[in-house]
Amino acid sequence: MKNLTDPKQLLVSAIESGTVIDHIPASTLFKVIKILGLDRIRNQITFGTNLDSKTDGKKAIIKIAGKFFEDDDINRIALVAPNAKLNIIRDYQVIEKRVVAVPDTITAIAKCMNPKCITNFEKVTTRFRVVSKKPVALKCHYCEKITDQERMEII
Amino acid sequence: MKTRSLVSIDDLTTGEIMKILKLAAEFEKDPVQEILHGKVVATLFFEPSTRTRLSFESAVSKLGGKIIGFTDSSTSSVSKGETLNDTIRTVNNYVDMIIMRHPIEGSARYASEISTVPVINAGDGANQHPTQTLLDLYSILKTQGSLDNLNICMVGDLKYGRTVHSLLMAMSRWHTSFNFVAPDELKMPDEYKLYLDNLGLKYNETADLQDVINQADIIYMTRVQKERFSDPIEYEKVKNAYVLHDHMLSGTNPGMKILHPLPRVNEINPDVDSNTKAYYFEQALNGVYTRQAIICTLLGLK
Repeated sequence: MKNLTDPKQLLVSAIESGTVIDHIPASTLFKVIKILGLDRIRNQITFGTNLDSKTDGKKAIIKIAGKFFEDDDINRIALVAPNAKLNIIRDYQVIEKRVVAVPDTITAIAKCMNPKCITNFEKVTTRFRVVSKKPVALKCHYCEKITDQERMEII
Repeated sequence: MKTRSLVSIDDLTTGEIMKILKLAAEFEKDPVQEILHGKVVATLFFEPSTRTRLSFESAVSKLGGKIIGFTDSSTSSVSKGETLNDTIRTVNNYVDMIIMRHPIEGSARYASEISTVPVINAGDGANQHPTQTLLDLYSILKTQGSLDNLNICMVGDLKYGRTVHSLLMAMSRWHTSFNFVAPDELKMPDEYKLYLDNLGLKYNETADLQDVINQADIIYMTRVQKERFSDPIEYEKVKNAYVLHDHMLSGTNPGMKILHPLPRVNEINPDVDSNTKAYYFEQALNGVYTRQAIICTLLGLK
């Protein structure tokens, strides 16, 4: 635990092993928590938000002790935190860095923008095919309409 | 083909489409066959569509099947607040196939995922109506001898018209060139033009039918509905520009045929009906043969 005097380091304490998710937009921190189900697990979690970032304005960071994510799981946050970076920690050392990628299909995260879509009438799990990754555009598996980034709502 | 549902025309490969059209031709030669003897088919019409329902019921009847169902959700348990999920889970216990029309988009896809029996989408809101597209393809194939390299002239409401969008997507598999004839307010949406651009297919847009009518192998007429216009004066200005009269057909290709998904209101003058190029009523008859072919294919009976 070096640099204890660095005020930035004191805000969120280091973890011995686990995952640090950095460069989350402050505005979508709680969506990331929800998408990853962090509100339902028993691991130790610390997070900081509204931190100054040179590149992102206000950013958030989450540290989850003893938790490692599969690519498919972590890519689910790409819709709300496209620039998120993962640091995989073992023995206080970063052993691997990863970025998130928009997956080819999106399940149970986004809401279809079409008010006449069945997913907005009955309890149907939303499913989309990603037809464009930058900017993100999603084609609904049910009504076949496109939901673009501007109209995207996270459930 | 194994037993499965038909929700969207894109669910079918080109080979599967051709197989269905070939089977439709067999049913045209010999329409009454007891293939569905002992089978029960549900027609669940959550919104009324008399023409489509009668066509399906005629197809099932000619195949010797029995039909149960409702013609309007106000007379069914749906009016008591039953979910689509519950309706499908209940009805699929009673029948071998479900044919459904529903005003909510994506409802047929959802039903097909719940149902234990094949589902045919007979229209889900503004989304898909694949049996209409297949009967259009059958009519085009039958009258032109081939689907390859045709010129199709689409006229009227190209913005909201579900049938023209599906037909465009389907015909783009056969190097079709298109003429789009529509008033400014009802032009073909950009996403479909982009789709053709990506495939390198040719299309041309005009507001004047007379400009392009002589190029057509198929004229596909649709209804220009007054309620689509934000300004009623605009409607009054254009309404007569998209009406087909017999005298307009004198210079057209000899083998050209006029299609219309029906019902027609005033966009085809009755003086066209006696012209040999008028094909819309035969097209409706082709719908029965095509639906016979679709039902048998999905049930794995042919």
